[in-house]
Amino acid sequence: MKAPIYVYVLIMWIMIIAGGGLLFSIIAPMEIHGFGRYDEFLDSGMKAVIAILLVVLWIFIMSKIKNWIFHKQIKN
Amino acid sequence: MLDKTIAAIIISAIAFVTVYAITPALITTLEKRKLVVKDYNRVGGAMVARPGGPSILAGILASEITLYGFYSSVAVLAIIITTFLAFLVGLADDRKVLGGWFKPLALAGSAIPIILLGVYEPHLAFPLFGHVRIPELYLALIIFMIPITGNTINSIDVLNGVASGFMTIASFALTISLFIVHHYDIAIASLPLGFVSLAFYKYHKFPSKIFPGDSGALTLGAMYGTIAIVGHVEIIAAIALLPAVINSFLFLSSVKRIIEHRQLKSNPVEHTEDFKLRAAADKDAPVTLVRLIVANRPMTEKEVGFTIFKLALFSAALAIITAFMMNVRV
Repeated sequence: MKAPIYVYVLIMWIMIIAGGGLLFSIIAPMEIHGFGRYDEFLDSGMKAVIAILLVVLWIFIMSKIKNWIFHKQIKN
Repeated sequence: MLDKTIAAIIISAIAFVTVYAITPALITTLEKRKLVVKDYNRVGGAMVARPGGPSILAGILASEITLYGFYSSVAVLAIIITTFLAFLVGLADDRKVLGGWFKPLALAGSAIPIILLGVYEPHLAFPLFGHVRIPELYLALIIFMIPITGNTINSIDVLNGVASGFMTIASFALTISLFIVHHYDIAIASLPLGFVSLAFYKYHKFPSKIFPGDSGALTLGAMYGTIAIVGHVEIIAAIALLPAVINSFLFLSSVKRIIEHRQLKSNPVEHTEDFKLRAAADKDAPVTLVRLIVANRPMTEKEVGFTIFKLALFSAALAIITAFMMNVRV
C-alpha cells in the first residue's frame, strides 16, 4: 500500500512545480491597459482571480488523481 | 561567520535542553491536576498528560529571545510574537472545546504581526522559473499560511510521536533548504524548531508520556509557517509538509467540511484483537493517511508512525531538491 502514497506525493510535487511554471511564464507577464489609473488594480485583480481558479483546478485534479490512485483502498 | 555558528550552537542547545528538562516536570504537574486524556490506541487505555504546548513554547521562546539578544532581528521578533499568539489559540482550545472555525480564524489573526512588522517580501519564489511579484495577493497568503500550517500539523497529531517526529524531519529539511538558498539568518532562527521537536519527541514517542495538544501542535505549525514567510521559502516549506497536507486533503475531501476529529461520527481506523490498527469497516468513515497506510494489512501504532516518518523523509528530500532547483533557471 505504501508505494501509491509515495507516487501521490511525487505527483503533488510535480504539480506544484508545474503550477509555478504556469504562473511565471504565462500569467505573470499578462498586463491590462486602457483603463488609466485603474490599470494596476485591474491587473492585480485579474491575476488574483486566475491564481485562485488555478488553485481550485489543482485541487480538482488532485482529487481525481487521489480517487484513481487510492481507488481500491477507498472502496475497501 | 564564526559568531553566527556560535549563535546557532547556543540557541540549538537552549531549545533542546529547555524542552528536555522542563517536560518531565510538566508531565508531573499535569498528572497532579488530572489534566490527562485517554490513549485509545494503547492496550488498557492509559491516561496521558496533555497539553505539552507550554514546554514546547518555553524552548522556542528561550532560544529565539536569546537569538534576538544576539542580532535584534525584526524577523526573529515576528517569529516570537506569531508563535506565542498561536500558542494562546491552541491553549484556549485545549482548555475549552471550541468550534471548528475558531482555530483558523484566530490563527489568521496571529499572522497579523508578520504584516505589521513588514518582515515579508511580496513575491513567491518558484524553482526553475524565478520570482513572481504579487503584492496584494501575498498579504492574503500570509493570513492563510499560518492557519494552514498550524492546522496541518494539528491534523497529523493522531498517533504517539507522529506530530513531533514529523515536525523534526520537516523543520530540519526547511533549515537545510534555507542554507541552500543562502538565507542564513532565518536558517539559524529555524534551528530551535527542529531541536524543540526532537526533544519533545523523547517524551511523545510510543508509548507517549505526554501529548502536545492543540497548544503544542499549533505552536509548532505556526512557527513553521512564519519561518517559511520570513525566509521566502513558502513553496519549499509546503513540499516538506506534503504527507501532512495530503492527510488534511484526504480528510477534508471525504468529510467535505471543516470539523474537529472529536466531532467525527465514525473513526477512520479501528483495532484488531491484538490491538493493531486496521482500516475502519464503516464505508462512511473519513479517509486519512493512517487509514490508507493500514488499508492492506493491520499494523501496530509504532509501525504506522515509522511509515509516516519515511514519507516525511521522502518529502524532505523533495524539499531539499527543490531548494537546489531555486538556483537553476530554465
